[in-house]
Amino acid sequence: MTPAFEALADDALLLRFGNAIEQIHNTRALAVARRLRERQPPWLRDVVPAYASLAVFFDCDSIDDADPHALVAAVLRNCLDAGTEADEAHARTVDIPVCYDHSMAPDLAEAADELGLGIEELIHRHCAADYTVAMIGFAPGFPYLLGLPESLTLPRLATPRTRVPAGSVAIGGNQTGIYPRESPGGWRLLGRTPLALFDPARTAPSLLAPGDRVRFQRIGLAAFERMASS
Amino acid sequence: MTSVSITHWEVIAPGALTTVQDRGREGWRHLGVARAGALDLDAAMLANELLGNSPDAAVLALSLQGPTLRLPQAAMIAITGAMVVATSNGIALPGHRPIAVPAGELKLTGIRAGIRAWLAVAGGFDAPSLMGSRSTDLRGGFGGMEGRALRVGDRLPVVASTIAEIATPRIAAWWIGNDDPAFDDHRPIRFVASASVHAKALAKRPWQVSPNSNRQGIRLQGEALAGAGPGRVSEPVAIGSIQLPPDGQPIVLLADAQTMGGYDLLGHVIAADLPRLAQAGPGATLAFAPVDIDEARRIGLRHRQQQARTALAIRQRLAMPS
Repeated sequence: MTPAFEALADDALLLRFGNAIEQIHNTRALAVARRLRERQPPWLRDVVPAYASLAVFFDCDSIDDADPHALVAAVLRNCLDAGTEADEAHARTVDIPVCYDHSMAPDLAEAADELGLGIEELIHRHCAADYTVAMIGFAPGFPYLLGLPESLTLPRLATPRTRVPAGSVAIGGNQTGIYPRESPGGWRLLGRTPLALFDPARTAPSLLAPGDRVRFQRIGLAAFERMASS
Repeated sequence: MTSVSITHWEVIAPGALTTVQDRGREGWRHLGVARAGALDLDAAMLANELLGNSPDAAVLALSLQGPTLRLPQAAMIAITGAMVVATSNGIALPGHRPIAVPAGELKLTGIRAGIRAWLAVAGGFDAPSLMGSRSTDLRGGFGGMEGRALRVGDRLPVVASTIAEIATPRIAAWWIGNDDPAFDDHRPIRFVASASVHAKALAKRPWQVSPNSNRQGIRLQGEALAGAGPGRVSEPVAIGSIQLPPDGQPIVLLADAQTMGGYDLLGHVIAADLPRLAQAGPGATLAFAPVDIDEARRIGLRHRQQQARTALAIRQRLAMPS
């Protein structure tokens, strides 16, 4: 599929690379988003990369052109032409401590069972993988991570939970994510991080940004308690 | 001689859903943060203009039923949006003009000819500025008054420019409304259709606003639209995006909506018609009419020019002796 542009709003343009959760589409979306931010066009309000697309929000009054959507599309084509390889040199890697203690991992044993793995092996594989923040959505600071090993793919819960605790690290389908805030959710809960994923009062409100690399680091219950209270 | 201080208005009755809002948070959608802010920015900013406030000042957003507030001292206020039954110590107050109200009870009750209104105070309501805005993000649970709607007993901080105490309201003899939209305007809501083959079908029948609508979106009820697919991979959505869930009942996204969506998109409501969507209450009938993107652009430009002219007229009037 060739990249397709669509007007998303009077002040927003969508660029779509595909309609599947595939690394290749996401890499392109992240690269174009990065290149557009580097150019700092005066009309840029926000650039929102997603699994297989990105949206650009612009200020209509700052674009001196009869057709702002066409102008933004031209700039995006330019960014595309500049290359859409992953930015290994500048990607930030964030280590996220995760406690897999059974008290914080209500679905861990069952998930291991369904996958035909031991609990230790499941934790090991979850920690050994390298993830990329494909996009942030669902809730402020909620990272959708790509990179879950195929051997850990499981269907979502048949009945979503009404209450998933903040910090829960979860898998659903071929995705893995972290709930910043207590909310409903249908993914399998494997553990919990003591880090605050989102705090609107921080200089960097979201712990993670699209394009970040993520690694999970196993911690024990004592370390969790210590970090959660600090 | 005026001096600036923080005073607190006591919330006697909170109203149906009263929140602190300003223009909202722009530029954070990539972190999953909705814009929030007033659903009708034009009307909310008009309230600020009428008081000579900065456009960044926070106002109270009222819906269906307004709050009752106790003011410790006199204040300059303005009410915009739909028609509100408003009184100051029992004396009726009109909308769309600056009013000096005395200390005592400011009561905003039924809202008619629309469901939303905005109350501004000279100086603005105070709330921590988070990510560049004082707006309440109800879904995210932050901003405004502790990330939630007002409750009985809340003490609402106001950056008050103290004015001389008065016995009864002083109501400006002039007023200025929103020329566009009129809230009893029944013209169709204009939208730009997406590439979806089903997009234009939206315009073929009337829709009712479901009682399940809220600040995240207006849920439409009617004969289900055929052709809703299983959805797509989550991709960015915008305020005004028209989603088609599998049940065939479209949803139009408003300021508090999630930043990503996986439903098929039928298109988007043009910016100039978003204010009218903010006034569409449960049971209201909405019709939709497609416009092409060039037409949407022309309407948007005219709309912004009209807003700028209105603001200019108010500033000139405020500069005149009263």
